[in-house]
Amino acid sequence: MSADLTRRTAAELAALLRDGDVSSVEVTRAHLDRTAAVDGAVHAFLHVNTDEALATAADVDARRAAGEELHALAGVPIAVKDIVVTQGQVTTAGSKILQGWVPPYDATVVTRLRAAGMPILGKTNLDEFAMGSSTEHSAYGNTHNPWDLDRIPGGSGGGSAAAVAAYEAPLAIGTDTGGSIRQPAAVTGTVGVKPTYGSVSRYGLIALASSLDQAGPVSRTVLDSALLHEVIGGHDPLDSTSLPGQARGYADAARDGDLAGVRVGIVRELGGEGYQEGVRARFEEAVALLEQAGAEVVEVSCPSFDYALAAYYLILPAECSSNLAKFDGMRFGLRVEPADGPATAERVMAATRGAGFGDEVKRRVILGTHALSAGYFDAYYGSAQKVRTLIQRDFAAAFDQADVLVSPTTPTTAFRLGEKLDDPLAMYLNDVATIPANLAGIPGMSLPAGLSDDGLPVGFQILAPAREDARLYRVGGALERLLEERWGGPILGRAPELEVAR
Amino acid sequence: MSAALVDLDEALDRYDPVLGIEVHVELGTASKMFDGAPQTFGAEPNTAVTPVSLGLPGALPVVNGKAVEYAVRIGLALNCRIAETCRFARKNYFYPDVPKNFQTSQYDEPIAADGHLDVELEDGTVFRVEIERAHMEEDAGKNTHVGGSTGRIHGAEYSLVDYNRAGIPLVEIVTRPIEGAGRRAPEVARAYVATLRDIFRALGVSEARMERGNVRADVNVSLRPSPDAPLGTRTETKNVNSFRSVERAVRHEISRQAAVLDAGQSVVQETRHWHEDSGTTSPGRVKSDAEDYRYFPEPDLVPLAPPREWVEEIRASLPEMPAVRRRRLQAEWGFTDAEMRDLVNAGAGDLVEATVTAGASPAAARKWWMGELSRTAKNDGVTLEELAVTPGQVAALAALVEAGRINDKLARQVLEGVLAGEGSPEDVVVARGLEVVSDDGALEAAVDEAIAANPDVVQKIRGGKVQAAGAIVGAVMKSTRGQADAGRVREILMARIG
Repeated sequence: MSADLTRRTAAELAALLRDGDVSSVEVTRAHLDRTAAVDGAVHAFLHVNTDEALATAADVDARRAAGEELHALAGVPIAVKDIVVTQGQVTTAGSKILQGWVPPYDATVVTRLRAAGMPILGKTNLDEFAMGSSTEHSAYGNTHNPWDLDRIPGGSGGGSAAAVAAYEAPLAIGTDTGGSIRQPAAVTGTVGVKPTYGSVSRYGLIALASSLDQAGPVSRTVLDSALLHEVIGGHDPLDSTSLPGQARGYADAARDGDLAGVRVGIVRELGGEGYQEGVRARFEEAVALLEQAGAEVVEVSCPSFDYALAAYYLILPAECSSNLAKFDGMRFGLRVEPADGPATAERVMAATRGAGFGDEVKRRVILGTHALSAGYFDAYYGSAQKVRTLIQRDFAAAFDQADVLVSPTTPTTAFRLGEKLDDPLAMYLNDVATIPANLAGIPGMSLPAGLSDDGLPVGFQILAPAREDARLYRVGGALERLLEERWGGPILGRAPELEVAR
Repeated sequence: MSAALVDLDEALDRYDPVLGIEVHVELGTASKMFDGAPQTFGAEPNTAVTPVSLGLPGALPVVNGKAVEYAVRIGLALNCRIAETCRFARKNYFYPDVPKNFQTSQYDEPIAADGHLDVELEDGTVFRVEIERAHMEEDAGKNTHVGGSTGRIHGAEYSLVDYNRAGIPLVEIVTRPIEGAGRRAPEVARAYVATLRDIFRALGVSEARMERGNVRADVNVSLRPSPDAPLGTRTETKNVNSFRSVERAVRHEISRQAAVLDAGQSVVQETRHWHEDSGTTSPGRVKSDAEDYRYFPEPDLVPLAPPREWVEEIRASLPEMPAVRRRRLQAEWGFTDAEMRDLVNAGAGDLVEATVTAGASPAAARKWWMGELSRTAKNDGVTLEELAVTPGQVAALAALVEAGRINDKLARQVLEGVLAGEGSPEDVVVARGLEVVSDDGALEAAVDEAIAANPDVVQKIRGGKVQAAGAIVGAVMKSTRGQADAGRVREILMARIG
């Protein structure tokens, strides 16, 4: 029974719970047991909150037994990326500088999960402060890809994607600043959605780059992401950049799946040089399926995308150098006294940051500090913002021709752990297809498009105009059905069984 | 090196001073600039805080709408243009009292710019100060350095930080270079800050209490050989906390910089600390290698676009500005310039106005507030507002005098009773039996008694020295414990001996 429950989608679990076929405690315990069995190998979680998750589950069961009207996902457990603050539960952002920090408040996303009655299983691993594309920059050890434990699970949200792919959680929360939900989803055979910027509150997300960060769902099906998106989305008065309106209609769109007349635009600049052959093949097959189902396929060009990566790696470090300034050993988290000499504020700060931040964080803080400094601001940050405007125009023009844009999510399948660790630029290239959406604030989804020649999952990216997230679910849901018909079931079913520790 | 000073007058003979003044005012909103933490003064340290004002990871700012309204009020009152859109920026610098290690401020897109303020000087002339900008920002927390002898960070064993003040909304008002003030520069500086303070209060945007640091001024001073010479190197004296200190700081910097220039040296561009006790400044941070604040637009806040209709509504609702009101009242009351100035300087303007509104004549109202009550307040070390007497009671007192029921001397006793909490002037008159004796029979007896007791005085009066009558009147006043009508006593006396 236990193993069965972990193989169920969130929508299936919700139905079982609603019909009283299982209890939330059973579902939650099944996932905690699975985590205990496999996480030694996967290391998706940094903290597992067994007691609290079971307490929430028991509470939901009691309320359901008492006939209380509950949220559709009430009792369905979830994992949360450890950059989202959770009151009373350790939150580290994958950094030593926050080791053991217990926040006194909840992120809005977490408040909404709690209000929906979703037990929080624990906090998932990530690249330190979400900087990285492989989860190898976590201060607490890397996460392994459940498809091949020698490979990266993507980053920065490798923990969330791996937890879902390894059946440790049916759902997870990720954050996507340059692709950190979609890229891990692509390389682990899961579904990940970056919503429209501002449509899910950033309040309580430890900021990497404020103008790019966006929380979103990670799941095994398009419908599950839609259901979770409806829980966490909607206006939040605590976030000034939060959009008005409620998050509705995503699940209906995912179930609907009528592709007749939908114009699908293939972005010429996302799929050329550097894209693995198997990745390209799976992408083209998926596009053909869409076309057979009635979609109209067009090719569009977004010439400014050539500068997206460069602009991103100026804007992101600039904002993060400022956002991370608060980590100074004064009010919370790690505090390191200097080894010798007086413990002045500056010296304590320097010692704390020296010991608490990893190499990638230091690299980007230094880069960002330089990019914002007097005399360089216009050349770097100013130019990058101009490129950003050009990219937004490219998207606007492309969306005149197509309802959604599509591309492979990543140029390659999961690379080996350590393979690109010493080559930051090679690592950055992994996000080349996902970054434009963050610069423009538009929504994007990655769903599995099958396996490449190396037997590893390939991601299919769908992009929609801002606030048209429902289109992602409509097209994604339809494509998922077509692909699963072809494969005879979810692609994750092809993943090798993990050796279970007892 | 800083010992030598040039006499101020001599300095001003040789140099033309140029000022620049930055005034910070803390807005009296219920909550902070970017979060719901309450604004409190004197609360236990670190109790008026939220994750936002502590700068905890993940916390995000939200702009306080009331603070924006107050900033617009200030901008309009200073004749500024209100921006169609404006933005917040991050000013990045590391200091433990700045919780995020950046201050959220306005940089290249302030909410208000290009205004001016007309400042009235002691001699009645008006000096126009050009305003470059008024922008919004948040205050920092408060550091307390423990263990050193100076209270400054150097030599301290450790420092405590209170974040209650962190995030309180501020408006910073920056002048253009104030040129042409010449010898009156110190007075202009003082009058400018005082005028601003009055405006903040009239607008209702701040309690504007200097002693609480609600209003703080940074004073820039530079000297040049003549008004047509280029601007000299300036110094910035930070956090000057009273009108008097603003004036003194300018005087001191003029004298000090003149000494430096006279000695053939250059003024160092730097921030300077103000020392209230000695009336001097001392060097702080050298500004020549200007700190790089790495300003960039605050990505956590969307740009602000104050709707034009809203701005016009605010403009229409602005109260009469203090200077205009003062001139109107002065004309209505018929006071001289000097009388009005004394009144304002004593902080008695509102009290006199309320007393007049309550029915007293302007002269009577002025007489009581500027006389007896000012003395009492000074003796008790309190402000006029803090005295236990209301404008209504003062008006009632004046009415009693007007009606002849008490005279001035009795009125002082009545006031004493009111201040002692014995009730209204009427209550005190009744309870203490202080009414003027107007019964002629009783007065005649008292006059006769005094005549009998002072034969020599009577002799003098009869000899033509009419002014000697005062002694008899005095004696009668004494025997009636001041309750006699002195005029009537004189009449009776003259009738008796005439």
